[in-house]
Amino acid sequence: MIEVDGLVRKFGDRAVLNDISFNVHRGDTLVIMGGSGCGKSTLLRHMIGSMNPTSGTVKLFGEDLTGMKERELIHIRLRFGMLFQSGALLASLTVGENVALPLLQHTDKSDDEIQDIVEQKLQMVGLTGFEDLRPDEISGGMKKRVGLARALALDPELLFSDEPTSGLDPIMTAVIDELTLKLTRGKGMTAVVVSHDMTSAFRIATRMIMLGHGGIVAQGTPDEIRASSNPEVQQFIKGEPDGPIPLNLSQEEHEHHQHVKPRPFVRARYRFHHKTG
Amino acid sequence: MVFIGVRAAPMVALTAFSVGVTLAMQAAHSLESLGAQMYIPDLVMLTLLREMGPVLIAVIVIGRSGSAVAAELGTMKVSEEIEALEVMAIDPVQFLVVPRFLAMMIMLPALTIFGNYIGILGGWAVCVFALDFNTAGYVLEALQSAEPWDLYSGMIKSVVFAWIVITIACNAGLTVEGGAEGVGQATTTSVVQALLAMLVMNAVLTGIFFFAG
Repeated sequence: MIEVDGLVRKFGDRAVLNDISFNVHRGDTLVIMGGSGCGKSTLLRHMIGSMNPTSGTVKLFGEDLTGMKERELIHIRLRFGMLFQSGALLASLTVGENVALPLLQHTDKSDDEIQDIVEQKLQMVGLTGFEDLRPDEISGGMKKRVGLARALALDPELLFSDEPTSGLDPIMTAVIDELTLKLTRGKGMTAVVVSHDMTSAFRIATRMIMLGHGGIVAQGTPDEIRASSNPEVQQFIKGEPDGPIPLNLSQEEHEHHQHVKPRPFVRARYRFHHKTG
Repeated sequence: MVFIGVRAAPMVALTAFSVGVTLAMQAAHSLESLGAQMYIPDLVMLTLLREMGPVLIAVIVIGRSGSAVAAELGTMKVSEEIEALEVMAIDPVQFLVVPRFLAMMIMLPALTIFGNYIGILGGWAVCVFALDFNTAGYVLEALQSAEPWDLYSGMIKSVVFAWIVITIACNAGLTVEGGAEGVGQATTTSVVQALLAMLVMNAVLTGIFFFAG
C-alpha cells in the first residue's frame, strides 16, 4: 500500500532522512517511533506528498508521489485521511463545519446526510454535541479528536496520524486506541502512526519502525521490538534517561549528527553529565 | 467582505470627511490670494476623485484589511491549517484566496466611491458654513468642474490598488515561515510593500492618464 524506497531528504547539507526504505501492507498499523527531531514528521510529510524527497521514491496505492503536481495528487489525497499533531482545525469554522468540510468539498451528499455523518464521526471520538463550538473554545485534546473525526469523514482506506494521543488523558488515549483498532482490525483500514506514547504504540501496532541518525534503527513486529537487543531501542521503549541516545546535542552536533556514526556509549554519558553538571 | 468593506466604512468616512474639510480650507487659503475662491469646489472635487479618494482609502484598507488578511493567512500557515487543506485535497488558493480577492476587488472601489461622497460633503461643510457659498452654488460648481472621466480614472486606480493590496497580502500570508514571529514580519512586510507598490502605481497611472488624456 505504501512503498518507500531509498528516501533521502536533505536540508542544506544535513541529511535528515538518509536512505529510508520500508513497505506498509494493507491492513497494517505501522507505528513510527524515534526521539524528537529525528525526522518522524518529515518522513510523514513525504508520505502524504507535501514534501518532495531529495532522492528516492514514495509510492502510495502503487502510484509514485515524487514530482507529482498538486492536481495529480488530488485523487490520491481523497483516499487517505491525515490527523495533524495540533489537529489543524480551521479556526474560522465550527467543529461541525470542520468535520463537514471534506464532505462538502468532495461529495455531493445532501445537507442532511452530511449532518448525520458529522454527528456519527463526532460520536466515534466521544464529542457528541460539540458541533457548534469553535476550535478556540475547546481543549487541545478535543481539537485532536475533532481532527481525527475530520480525517475519517470520507472513510479513508489509509489514515496517517501525527502523535494522535499526546496531550490526551489515559482514558481518552485508550478510547482513541480502541477506535484505531476497530477501524484497522475490524474494517481493514491501514494506519501509519507517529507516536511517542509507548503504551499506545504497543497496543495498536502490527509493525514498528524506530528512526534515529537519519536511518531506521530497528523495525519489526511489536514483539520483535520488545525483544530487540539494540540498546537504543530498549532505552527508548523503556523511557530511560541514561543510555546510548545522546541527550544534549550542541547545535553543531545536531547538524552533523546524521553524518557521524552512533556515538560511543561512554562518550554520550560523559556528555550528559558534563552538560547538566 | 463584511470585514473589508462594511466595518471599514466609519473609518473611511471620518478620514474622507477630514480630507474634504482640509482640502477646502487649504484651497480657500491659496485661491483667496488669486481672487479665485469660486473654484474651491472644483479643486475639492477633482482632487478627491482623481487622487485623494483612491489613495487615502487604499491606505486605510492596506493598514486595516491588508494586514489582517496577511496575519490571518500567516497564522493559518503556521498552525498547519493550510497544509491540512492541501492534504484534504482542497486548494488553499481557491478556498481562502479567491473569496478574499473578490471581496477586496469589490469593496475597495465601493469604499472609494463612498469616501468621495463624504469628502465632498466635508468640502461643502467648509464652503457653506465658513465661506460665502450656498449649497446650490457649491453643488453646481463642483458638478460643472468634474467630468465622468475624473470619476472613472479614480475608479480604475482603485481597482488596480485593490489588486495590488490583496495580492501582496495573500502572498505575504501564505509564505510565512516559522511561528508567531514570522506572522508579525509578514504582516509588516505586506503593509510596507503594499503602500510602496500602491504609491508607485498611483504615480504611474496618473502619468498615463495625464499624457494619454
